[in-house]
Amino acid sequence: MSTKSPAAVAWTLPPAALAIFLRELRAEFRTRELLNTTVVFVLIIVVMFSFSLNPSAQQAREFGPGLLWLAFLFAGSLMLQPAFTRELASDTISSLRMAPIDPSAILFGKVAANFFFLTFAEWLMLPVFGVLFNVPVWPVVGPLAMVLGLGTLGVCVAGTAFSAMTAQARLRELLLPLLLLPFLAPVLVAAVDATSGLFAEVPELRFTPLKILAAFDVIFLTAAWLLFENLIEE
Amino acid sequence: MRGFGNVAGAGVVAALLGVAGYAVFFVAPQEVSMGDIQRIFYVHVASAWTSFVAFFLVFLANIAYLWRRQLHWDWLAVSAAEVGVAFCSVVLVTGPLWAKPVWGIWWTWDARLTSTFVLWLLYVSYLLLRSLLPDPARRATISAVFGIFTFLDVPLVYMSIRWFRTQHPQPVIAGGEGSGLDAVMWQVFLVMWTALLALMARLVWQRYRLESLRHQVDELSFGLRAG
Repeated sequence: MSTKSPAAVAWTLPPAALAIFLRELRAEFRTRELLNTTVVFVLIIVVMFSFSLNPSAQQAREFGPGLLWLAFLFAGSLMLQPAFTRELASDTISSLRMAPIDPSAILFGKVAANFFFLTFAEWLMLPVFGVLFNVPVWPVVGPLAMVLGLGTLGVCVAGTAFSAMTAQARLRELLLPLLLLPFLAPVLVAAVDATSGLFAEVPELRFTPLKILAAFDVIFLTAAWLLFENLIEE
Repeated sequence: MRGFGNVAGAGVVAALLGVAGYAVFFVAPQEVSMGDIQRIFYVHVASAWTSFVAFFLVFLANIAYLWRRQLHWDWLAVSAAEVGVAFCSVVLVTGPLWAKPVWGIWWTWDARLTSTFVLWLLYVSYLLLRSLLPDPARRATISAVFGIFTFLDVPLVYMSIRWFRTQHPQPVIAGGEGSGLDAVMWQVFLVMWTALLALMARLVWQRYRLESLRHQVDELSFGLRAG
């Protein structure tokens, strides 16, 4: 935590985090390389899956939610990679460190930006997925947005923190998915369960998995907020 | 003096393990429905509990490191993590050995099996992360944060995976109505658990000393190069 009083931090944190968030968006929309790559990657996984299991219409409905979330997790573990390696490569991390802001603003800004990118990619892929796997996405779009939001937030919080951890490691491109995927087991299980409920013949919103997702988000947002400073120190 | 302490310590652990092994085969009564194969329970469950203790030790050492910034907390963390993974591996190996004759299958994606497997994966990835961070101080800090994240993740893993239909026997110890362990079985189990805890403490201590010696070697060779 910074030496400033909590009140001062509370005042400066949101604008500082917003500034970081906008900076990330600006950087990304100059090239859009991260978004393009992620969308194509998710599409490839969806297609490869149907090759490998050759599901019937009924099976596609059953396996769809699991496949969808696996694709999102893989996409997340690749997409979150550059969150900090980019800063190290261009040595902008030292400018960020020196900025007169609370370090957690960097975390929250980056989590928000990653959340935005991954959500964007997910919603772009959903209609395609619905058509290819014969799943009616549109009637449950409201509850689905909630499940996707809570799950994606969990992926982005853990992924952003882990990206800061692995940025200085050897083999970091391999290491991030390796740390992230088992860690996200609760998110995967709960999100798949909730999504299966929505895609069932009679759609239902299951609350227990939503509670697990929300608990995951709250616990790790708090943990990342308290511990993040350790990850970017020199 | 240190040599004598080592031998004595190892002797105590070996004696405890011998007593526990004898108790498992000759003192514990035969289980009614499963027969002799149930005796694997003493090693299986006691190893599981021992690995939980080791992982809790990792968590405490992680917090202590972030708080005090003394490298010896990091040595304790890595030692306990390695030993915890070893005990967790014993659980994962003895489980299928027990399951095959009783359930007829080696493995099933049941709640407790799956979550133990994820637990094992999490601490293996903790060790992998450490091995790929070259600088000792950075390694200690980053892995301490990851260790705390991991420990917080464990209850969520267990809760979320509980939805899978469970095939594993319900908790026999403190499981609720109708569950319960024969008094002699309990005693044998506690003897085994004590022996395994002693073994764990012994291994962690040895591993800790190794880490501390490594650190001394690093310092000396750094001093030589600098001089």
